[in-house]
Amino acid sequence: MKILVALKQVPDTETKIKVAADGKSLDPADVKWITSPYDEYALEEAIRIKEGKGAEVVALSVGGDTAKDVLKNALALGADTAVLLKGDGQGDAFAVAQMIAAYAKDKGFDLILCGNKGLGGDNAAMGPMLAELLGVAQANVVVKLELGEGTFKAEREIEAGSEVVEGALPAVITAQKGLNEPRYASLKGIMAAKKKTIEELDASAVTAGAQVSALALPPERPAGRLLDGDASAQAQALLQALKDEAKVF
Amino acid sequence: MILVFCELKDGQIRKPSTEALSEGRRLADASGKKVGALFAGASCAGAAEAAKFGADVILTAEAPTLASYSSDAFATLLADAVKAKGATVLLAAATAVGKDVLPRAAARLGAGYASDVTGLAMVDGKLQAVRPVYAGKAFATTTFSSAVQTATTRPNVFPAAEKAGAGAVEVLAAPAGDFKSVVKEILAKAGGKVDLSEANVIVSGGRGMKDGANFKILEELADAIGGVVGASRAAVDAGWGLPHSMQVGQTGKVVSPTLYIACGISGAIQHIAGMSGSKYIVAINKDPEAPIFKLANYGIVGDLFEVVPELTKAAKAMGIGKN
Ligand SMILES: Cc1cc2nc3c(=O)[nH]c(=O)nc-3n(C[C@H](O)[C@H](O)[C@H](O)COP(=O)(O)OP(=O)(O)OC[C@H]3O[C@@H](n4cnc5c(N)ncnc54)[C@H](O)[C@@H]3O)c2cc1C
Repeated sequence: MKILVALKQVPDTETKIKVAADGKSLDPADVKWITSPYDEYALEEAIRIKEGKGAEVVALSVGGDTAKDVLKNALALGADTAVLLKGDGQGDAFAVAQMIAAYAKDKGFDLILCGNKGLGGDNAAMGPMLAELLGVAQANVVVKLELGEGTFKAEREIEAGSEVVEGALPAVITAQKGLNEPRYASLKGIMAAKKKTIEELDASAVTAGAQVSALALPPERPAGRLLDGDASAQAQALLQALKDEAKVF
Repeated sequence: MILVFCELKDGQIRKPSTEALSEGRRLADASGKKVGALFAGASCAGAAEAAKFGADVILTAEAPTLASYSSDAFATLLADAVKAKGATVLLAAATAVGKDVLPRAAARLGAGYASDVTGLAMVDGKLQAVRPVYAGKAFATTTFSSAVQTATTRPNVFPAAEKAGAGAVEVLAAPAGDFKSVVKEILAKAGGKVDLSEANVIVSGGRGMKDGANFKILEELADAIGGVVGASRAAVDAGWGLPHSMQVGQTGKVVSPTLYIACGISGAIQHIAGMSGSKYIVAINKDPEAPIFKLANYGIVGDLFEVVPELTKAAKAMGIGKN
C-alpha cells in the first residue's frame, strides 16, 4: 500500500496577525510557522496504517524552503520519504490541488491523507478538489477510518452526529480531531530523519481559481459592560439588557 | 443564472439552504440575473417551497440511487446543471454536505471556490466574497479568476427572506449509479436539537464546569431561552463524557449564533476561533482577568454555579424563550 500525506505549513494560531503593505497578504515578520494540526492527524493515521499492515508513506508539502521543517518533522515521525513541491502553498486551494494532482497522478497511491482544512485559511477545499482532479473517491472531516481490500469505510462528522461513508480505493481522506492522538517525534526518529533527503521538485504551472484581493483586521468589538450586584441582580440585569438593548429575545 | 444547491430534510428545505437561496436572490437582483434552486434525492417533495425564497427555476433530480448522499454523484449533478444552465455563480450553504460537494464540483468546473463566507456581493458582474481567516483575526476579500464562481455561505449569517420567484419546475436526469463513494449510515446524536453550527442561541461550558454532570444546569438554561449547549475543548477532552460534536472552536464547530453565553471558559484563541462570529457574547467567569471578557458584550464576574441557575430562574419568570 502506498500512502501520500499532504502537509501544509501554516501560521501558529497564537500568531498576531498583521496585514502586509500590499493590503492583501499576511505580514510574515514574527510569524511562527507550524504544521497544520489537522495534517498531524492525517500523518499519524498514515503511520498507524504503516505499522498495522505495512505501507510506504510519502510526505508532501507545497511551499518554499521553510516548508522543509514540516517535512523533516514528518520524516522524524515515520514518513519514509518526503517531497517538497516548490510553489505557492499558501494561495488558492484549487491551485494547490492542481499542483499535488500533477505530482500524484500515475504514482500509484492507494490513499491520500490530508487535514480537513488548513489552519488559518480554513478553506476546507484542497482535499475534495484533489479527489476530483484525480478522479477518486473522497471522505471529508473523518474521525474514524477502516481499510479493506481496495475499499474504505470512514466515519465523518456532520451536523449533530456522524455518518459512515464507504467507497473504493484510491481515495482522498481528510482528517479531523478525534481520528487519533498524534505522537511526538522520538530522538531516534529525529536522528534518523537527519540522514534522509527531501526531494525538491518545481510545482507544475497551474491556474488559480480565486485570490485574496484584500485582507483586513476585523472591526473592534465595542467595549463590553460588566454587570453589578449579586448573582440574582446580575442575572436580572443581563436578561433585561439582552431584551432591551440587544433585542435577542 | 445564479444556481443554489439546496438540501431537504423531512420534505422541507433546510434553514441554511433558505439563507443561501435568499442571498442568491439578492445577488441576482443586484445583477439582473435569474435564480435556480437545485435539489437532489430519492424524492424532492418539498422543493416547490424554494419559490418562496426567490427561485425562478426549481431543478430537481430524483432517483433511488440519490437516496444517500454521494460526493461524486452530487458533484456531477451540480457541475452538469451549471453547464446546462450557463450559470456563472454556484452557491450552497456551508453545511457538512455543502462543504463536501461544492469544492468537488468547483474542481470539475475549473472554478474558484470561497468557503464558509460571511459576505457576498456582485461587483462589475463578478462575485466577491468576504470570509474570516486566521481564527477570525482577519477578513479576506476573495475575487475569482474563473468564469464560474462558487461559494458556501456560513449558516445563521445571511438572513432568510421570503420573496416570491416564478418557481418553474424542471426535472434533471440523475447521474447513473456505481458511485465512487456513498453514505451508508447516519449515526445521529440523540436529542434531535438543532446543530450548534445553525443554532441561534448557544450556552457553552468550559473547564470551569468541573464535571460533565454539571452541564445539566446549562441544559436547563438553554431550554429556558431556546438554545443548545456547547463546550470548550478542555471540557470535551476532560473525559466528562461530552461528545466532540459539542466542541466549539478551531478543531470543533464554527458557530455564528445571535447569542453565545460562555460559562467557565477562559477565552483561548482556539476557542475564540470558533465563536467570534457570534453577534452578542456573554461571559460568566469568576476570574475578572479572563481574556473572554475582552470579547464579551456583557460580562458577569462571578461563580457560574450561582449565576447560571439564577439566569434560568429569571428567564422563566420573564417568560423568555416562549415565543
Ligand atoms: C491545536 C489546538 C486546537 C485547539 N482547538 C480548540 C477548540 O476547538 N476549542 C476550544 O475550546 N479549545 C481548543 N484548544 C484548547 C485551547 O487552547 C484551550 O486550552 C481551551 O479552550 C481552554 O478551555 P476552557 O476555557 O474551558 O478552560 P480554561 O482555560 O481552563 O478556563 C476555565 C475557566 O473557567 C473559569 N472558572 C473556573 N471555575 C469557575 C466557576 N465556578 N465559575 C465561573 N468561572 C469559573 C476560570 O476562571 C477559567 O477562566 C485547542 C488547542 C490547540 C493547541
